[in-house]
Amino acid sequence: MHGRPRKATKQEDPAAAAAKSARLRELQSQVLHFQHNRIYTKEAVSVSSKLLEINPEIYTGWNYRKLAFQHNLNEVSDTDTIKSAIEDELRMVEVALRRNPKSYGAWYHRKWILGQKLVPANFDHEFRLLDKLLKADARNFHGWNYHRFIARLKDVSEEEELKFTMDMINTNFSNYSAWHNRSMLLSKLLRKKVKGFHEEESILSDEFELVRQALFTDPSDQSGWFYHLWLLDQTSTPHKPHLVSSWPSDKLNIEISAQFKEKCERFPIIFCFNQRVDGVNLATVTVNSKLVSSEHITWKPLSANNSRKSKIWVAFLENFNKYCDNSEGLSVEIIVHCCESIVHLKFVMKLSHMYHQEKNRDGFEELFLWDCPKSQEINPYLVSYDPWRLRVESVEEDAKWHLDTLSAEIALFKEMSECDEDSKFVKLTLARLLGAHNSIKSGGSSYFEEMLKLYDDLIKLDAPHYRYYRDERSLVLLDQMTSSKDSLVEYCSRCENSSFSCINPQLCINFSGLNLTRVGFVERLLWVQILDLSHNNLTSISGLEALQLLVCLNLSHNQIMSFTALEPIKSLQSLKVLDLSFNEIGSHPVNTSRYLCSSPLSHTCNVTETMEELARENIQIGDFWEAILLFESLQLVQLDMQGNPVTNERCRVLVEKVIPCLKWLDGKPVR
Amino acid sequence: MAEIPTSDYPTIDPTSFDLIISATGLSASLLAASASIAGKSVLHLDPNPFYGSHFSSLPLPYFLSYISSPSPSPNLYSDVEASSESLPEPSRSFLVDLVGPRLLYCSDETVDLLLRSGASHHVEFKSVDSSLVYWDGKLCSVPDSRQAIFKDKSLGLTEKSQMMKFFKLVQSHISLTRSGATTESGEEGGVMIPEEDLEMPFVEFLKKQRLPPKIRALVLYAIAMADYEQDNGDSCKMVVSTREGIETISLYTSSIGRFANAVGAFIYPMYGHGELPQAFCRCAAVKGALYVLRMPVIDILTDKESNKYIGVRLASGQEIFSSKLVLDPSYQIPASLSPRETVVSSNLSSYVAKGVCITDRSLEPNSANILLVFPPKSLHQEQSTAVRALQISGNVAVCPSGFFIVHLSTPCEDAALGKEYINSAMKALFNSRELPAESVEAQTKEEGESVEAPTQEEGETKPTLLWSCAFVQELREASYDGAVSICPMPDANLDFRNILSTTRKLFQNMYPGEEFIPQNSAPDNIDDDADEGSPE
Repeated sequence: MHGRPRKATKQEDPAAAAAKSARLRELQSQVLHFQHNRIYTKEAVSVSSKLLEINPEIYTGWNYRKLAFQHNLNEVSDTDTIKSAIEDELRMVEVALRRNPKSYGAWYHRKWILGQKLVPANFDHEFRLLDKLLKADARNFHGWNYHRFIARLKDVSEEEELKFTMDMINTNFSNYSAWHNRSMLLSKLLRKKVKGFHEEESILSDEFELVRQALFTDPSDQSGWFYHLWLLDQTSTPHKPHLVSSWPSDKLNIEISAQFKEKCERFPIIFCFNQRVDGVNLATVTVNSKLVSSEHITWKPLSANNSRKSKIWVAFLENFNKYCDNSEGLSVEIIVHCCESIVHLKFVMKLSHMYHQEKNRDGFEELFLWDCPKSQEINPYLVSYDPWRLRVESVEEDAKWHLDTLSAEIALFKEMSECDEDSKFVKLTLARLLGAHNSIKSGGSSYFEEMLKLYDDLIKLDAPHYRYYRDERSLVLLDQMTSSKDSLVEYCSRCENSSFSCINPQLCINFSGLNLTRVGFVERLLWVQILDLSHNNLTSISGLEALQLLVCLNLSHNQIMSFTALEPIKSLQSLKVLDLSFNEIGSHPVNTSRYLCSSPLSHTCNVTETMEELARENIQIGDFWEAILLFESLQLVQLDMQGNPVTNERCRVLVEKVIPCLKWLDGKPVR
Repeated sequence: MAEIPTSDYPTIDPTSFDLIISATGLSASLLAASASIAGKSVLHLDPNPFYGSHFSSLPLPYFLSYISSPSPSPNLYSDVEASSESLPEPSRSFLVDLVGPRLLYCSDETVDLLLRSGASHHVEFKSVDSSLVYWDGKLCSVPDSRQAIFKDKSLGLTEKSQMMKFFKLVQSHISLTRSGATTESGEEGGVMIPEEDLEMPFVEFLKKQRLPPKIRALVLYAIAMADYEQDNGDSCKMVVSTREGIETISLYTSSIGRFANAVGAFIYPMYGHGELPQAFCRCAAVKGALYVLRMPVIDILTDKESNKYIGVRLASGQEIFSSKLVLDPSYQIPASLSPRETVVSSNLSSYVAKGVCITDRSLEPNSANILLVFPPKSLHQEQSTAVRALQISGNVAVCPSGFFIVHLSTPCEDAALGKEYINSAMKALFNSRELPAESVEAQTKEEGESVEAPTQEEGETKPTLLWSCAFVQELREASYDGAVSICPMPDANLDFRNILSTTRKLFQNMYPGEEFIPQNSAPDNIDDDADEGSPE
């Protein structure tokens, strides 16, 4: 049934085939005729039986039967009649299923009949039928769906169902459906804390032991690996959402430059959670300072799809600059009552002592240059922001079992990878285990190099999935680079050539030329104002929306294919300098992300004023509406777009119109 | 030969046949069936009142007297030693195989012959529930399939992966061999075992695959069914080559799942192995063979001038003539007629030590019929042969329900040594009835023979022996010389494959050019559903 190549259907005798299709057409038109004229006589219904027995895929036939069934039983109250009518229907479905055990219509009809609960169902018969079906094909998911349906109808306990999955796995462990059902049932039992399922850790340990038997017996069988993945997820992901990091971090003294104070009226506060949460609002977050009271603060989720849930939440302190002149600065205290825990944050904002020297300089009179030399060594203390402490505190307690389990699994799979060098499953699982271990235990023995090596191997070994491996590799690399202050400082340089509103010191994070394909671990980069991601393989920048302080962003020499892929930039209100040169924007005529982001096409945003204005001036918007939507929301001063297929004179004109404050375009001053 | 009143015997008519066979063992019955199918006229005799000769299944009292009596088969069975005079009751309900322990592979030739000849209509089978190996003083199940490896509790994870990898290699080799690929043509999508590896000793090949000792032992003795210690290099009596080993594994794996209602690789006939010769006799009878039991051949008639065989004189005094004669190995033939050509048999030992035990509890809960092997050295340091055991139960109708018969055997050169192994195997499996557990332990410690002294806990869980007996059977080889052939004795193997090929050779020698039970020779050709149903 599985793992066997499909055989070509036998060539039927053309005459017989023609006769068959003529008969089918005849039956079909009869049934449609009955359907239209609401003829539900015995003879009519039996015609539909004939049709469905030949071809159970004709859904109208099933619907007709449902109507007929309801019509004919409408005025019947005699149980025996009802019973025999139901039995007839069930028998008919059985015949159809014998023709095609994977007919959606037939299965649905059966469920519909029994779901009416007109008479007590004959469960023994149903289970016998299922037994036969699953013997013929243990992985027929229709069968499994129906099994779940019948079990629910009969009110079979989840424990018993769990035993059933075990039996099926014992018969043949290469059974995705059985493993999957097992994971669903166990999740339920553990969540409900049913008797015998209190000790989640010991249950999961047993499951690890079980799936190990399958994995080691036949590492090339995928079904067990999927179950292992589920178990790993249970072991590595904390159940409760919690705060991973925030901007500003606790006890932070923020030195604010004169420009920042003068130009910026809003100061962002950012929360990063480990999973998507909702309910960050006035009721759950208290902000205490002499500047504002909580009421004036609006919390906004930062998510691509306008969902109310998000990992990242942002609020702005308005008019903060009025209050940080005095010597103590402005002190702010925040209490977060989220997710069954309370987090206290306290930070102070002060004007930089370099205030007076900087006073006369205005931002962006000169072109911002990205090639800031790695002049001198950066002292780690300069990175005053410290998201790492929060992480360590929040995870390490209660993680002993998780760490032990992960360590044991890591040891096992290392052993396995030694004797089975070319198994992609082993390598991938090992990499995921190491990652899970890393995510729980920070510092200490980190497995970054090993993970990078594994993903490098996988990219070579399993070319069809190299994109996935490259993504994972990017995340490992980002994790490694941002894992501690010391490692991050390696990628920092001081930006001397610019002068713009900033929070001191002016540090540029340089992640260029690292083959990154995606962005991650933004929660450790919330403070960053200058970020260089050039010369990578980025196709998406999702995640960057969290970097609310970002002023300069270099995305040149990547593989970004469209303006819509830049959607996360829209929420970066302080962004001034953007380098998009030498990407692939406009290279692909069909741009799939276009349908995912907000656009006038999907009515998720309206035709804007800018567009109307452009239309009045007779400037063809044409294909540039994404660009308009992107740029009109930003106050860019400097933009580089050369080296993209989309770039032409028309585009330049449009951009200059859309961004009135633009001073530099492609390295040249805007008139 | 004692005087027997001639009046008791029927008169046989006609008096001339193509073939006279005196013995109704499996080989003799197959010859009768195949000759009848080939259109020969056959007279099939047996001196005993029952079918089967040395392949029979006898009620316990008859079994005991059959192997103990000096006649009619002098010297074939010796050293009979029963645990007690009193037999478990009802003693006649215990059917004991003379050929035990023995099984059929679902895919082996015996099954094919049964199907081809139509004899399958006269026999029903039950499958063997589990296969065990005695290792480190414990009984472990033999992981003989992917699913069994998955479920096995005694193998480590690495061992599982090694074993499965080995199975996959063998499987890929087998399927490529079947599809006609050769070692030279490096087929994609699978690996073949290179020719030079096929010639090397199987044990060396297993070592080359880096399999640990335990898995080597499992593969060699519990799956490839090697009988002799393979690990001692040149001194090994019968080295199993990789090719032979792979062939047996191939048979083993193709047996699993051949019949929908058979659990594992092996099946056992209802009412015992004695049913098999009877089934073939019925085929022969359907094709016209004439059957007379209780009819010993008392003399062989020869042509006075050429001194060649012409016929036999029966106990009834009647003289019957034929061109060919097949005799039982226990028949004392005049030296002048004694066949000189032996059919080459791969059995090197001259004896096989056997044991029969009766217990009231299964060796393993939830299993009725169990195959078990004690690999070499598992019982004694010097043990150089594997001891095989087969537990059969009431569900194959060889004993009252609730009881179990356990057959044991091991090939041996020296009868005493063979019996010693059988006895230690029994000790390892059972508590003896006379001695409580403690004293058994004490005794074995004193004797210091047993490598693994049973511990207290094991002693408690072992079944108790109700009755047992050990004996030694001589192995006599089949032979032929012109008109007279001697058919083979049961050998020391677990299956009938050797006996079958010997029988085939005898038949081809007797009737060159005739096919040995050709395809579709079944009467009325009613076994079209052969592959679907046989064992019930």
